[in-house]
Amino acid sequence: MTRSNGNSVEVENLVKRFGDFTAVDRISFQTRTGEVFGFLGPNGSGKSTTIRILCGLLRPTSGRAIVAGYDVVQSPELIRRNIGYMSQKFSLYADLTVFENLRFYAGMYGVPAAELRGRIDWALEMAGLRGRESNLTGTLAGGWKQRLALGCAVLHRPPIVFLDEPTSGVDPLSRRLFWELIQRMSGDGVTIFVTTHYMDEAEYCNRLALMNGGKLIALGTPTELKLGSIQGWLLLLECDRLGEAIERLRRFDGVRDVAVFGNALHLVVSDAAAAPAIRAALEADAISVTSLQPIRPSLEDAFVALTTGRGANCPSELPS
Amino acid sequence: MSLRRLLAVSRKEVFQVLRDFRSLLIVLLMPLMLMTVLGYGINLDTRHIRVFAFDREGSPASQDLLKRFESSEYFDLVATVTDYRALAAALDDGRCQLAIVIPHDFSARLHDGRPVNVQALVDGSDANTAELAIGYAQGVLGAYGATVQADYLRKSNAPTVNPVLSVEVRTWFNEDLESKNFIVPGVAAIVMAVIGVLLTSLTIAREWERGTMEQLISTPVTALEIVIGKLLPYFALGMLDTAVCAAIAVWWFEVPFRGSLATLAVGSGIYLTAILGLGFWISVVTKNQLAASQIGLVATFLPSFLLSGFTFPIEQMPLGVQPFTYVIAARYYIVILKSVFLRGSGLGALAGPLIALVAYALIMVFLAKRSFHKSLA
Repeated sequence: MTRSNGNSVEVENLVKRFGDFTAVDRISFQTRTGEVFGFLGPNGSGKSTTIRILCGLLRPTSGRAIVAGYDVVQSPELIRRNIGYMSQKFSLYADLTVFENLRFYAGMYGVPAAELRGRIDWALEMAGLRGRESNLTGTLAGGWKQRLALGCAVLHRPPIVFLDEPTSGVDPLSRRLFWELIQRMSGDGVTIFVTTHYMDEAEYCNRLALMNGGKLIALGTPTELKLGSIQGWLLLLECDRLGEAIERLRRFDGVRDVAVFGNALHLVVSDAAAAPAIRAALEADAISVTSLQPIRPSLEDAFVALTTGRGANCPSELPS
Repeated sequence: MSLRRLLAVSRKEVFQVLRDFRSLLIVLLMPLMLMTVLGYGINLDTRHIRVFAFDREGSPASQDLLKRFESSEYFDLVATVTDYRALAAALDDGRCQLAIVIPHDFSARLHDGRPVNVQALVDGSDANTAELAIGYAQGVLGAYGATVQADYLRKSNAPTVNPVLSVEVRTWFNEDLESKNFIVPGVAAIVMAVIGVLLTSLTIAREWERGTMEQLISTPVTALEIVIGKLLPYFALGMLDTAVCAAIAVWWFEVPFRGSLATLAVGSGIYLTAILGLGFWISVVTKNQLAASQIGLVATFLPSFLLSGFTFPIEQMPLGVQPFTYVIAARYYIVILKSVFLRGSGLGALAGPLIALVAYALIMVFLAKRSFHKSLA
């Protein structure tokens, strides 16, 4: 058994098929100690399936995955001692109190009796649930439930924590609080593996893996992805008659992609110097341009670019 | 296996059971309800058969015969009528189950020593009762006939003739041959089978349905710890129900209890483990509360009722059916219950059924554990 690093996740050519459907298609990556590793992708892209394989809850069809130094197929029980997992759906016992849930999971993870009180206090503090120990868990608001779930999952101080869409259905303030907790744990050297489909949350991650259709389509820091995914320049265009503008721009030589973003358009162009010509062409068609300027691509731009393949940094598919 | 984790699972389950007040109420009231309904509802004794009589003679002799019907505990002489039509009407609308017609020359024929025919009309729509009624009626008439013959012989100064052979019957264990004495313990076995399976059939399925299982199986807890940890609290509840059933049997239905409480507790504990294990296995396999409770009910109630030897003796079942009775846990427990209650048997005498139940319980827990994969899909 290769016990390389207690904090790391190493995945090699991992495949999971359900019948004819390939949920995870030959993905490979490695995490680094103490990083927040984000798994980004639309619903059904294979994020949850991957995370479940890594927690030993699903057997991979083929490929290899080493978590905390243990193989997921050979020693899932050893992995379970070394990880914390928070599933997508709220999965604590609604008919137990806050304290009873914590005590139960402390028992499941074998927290030593001497540390029990301290760890439960710590979790209560972290989740902001002090004074609510005897409330039934089912009556808590979403943010509290989710912080309690995190508390339960890390009572045994696991070196790796897996969070499957931890903030779905939680209010923005609670989401921010939650991410502060994640950052703090990562600061303590815990490797955090988190899936999300919120772009703003992805920005908090040290590194991101982009999943689409079961494939890992990009991997890097948020900045790398933003810069690397867009070849050429990104222009923000504000104008009227968006529909006609899109038609016109699709025919314009040098505009590689046009996408609607709110009330404006994002254009991918080979050369920023084309801007005056674009403005002139639109105005020639009686479309009035309010503003046209280069912008920094957002993760959302990168995500769209990468998942649609248009403007993606795979030169073979692009006219140069 | 970690005892701490096992007990943590048990404690959690206890909290959940205590908080689920309605289910708890059902668990505690169901044995009461089922015991009363089934205990009273199933009565194989045919007594107080309603009889109408048409006495065409009205002599002291015919009255004497009717008195014998009246004094028998099997018959209630409801009314005496004066024509056939009334008799037929009473049979038609069920006011009587047996009608006796005494001929007009009843005493004359008796006096002359000629054969006499007494007519009995029986409602055959319930074949079982009809057969018993005929049997009992023949008994009454036979006894009457014997008395008449004896009188006749005495009057004719013939030497008294005693019957050469007579059977002196003594029934052991159920001296009065009361059916409740073997039915009530059987009912207790069925009640416990139903409750035991219902108790556990929901427990695993509920965790899958609510999504709590996914979190639970991501922890180091093992399948065996979950299975046994969850069984313990339900075992305690089940034993409480057993005590309730036994108390109802002894104090309400007045079934004699001749064995020892210890034997009853050991037998019941093993039976309960087998039944809880069965419910557990169903829960693990179905992962769905509704399906689990339905299958649980189907798997216990009717088989325990029909195939356990409770309603029909197993030796009288068709040969093709008999093998199926071996997989009915109630089959073994009913033997134990009847023996402990009526015969006062000890553990040694019950080794056979006890060993069968231990094997049954082990197989069930093993199946539940084996089917319970700590993985999704």
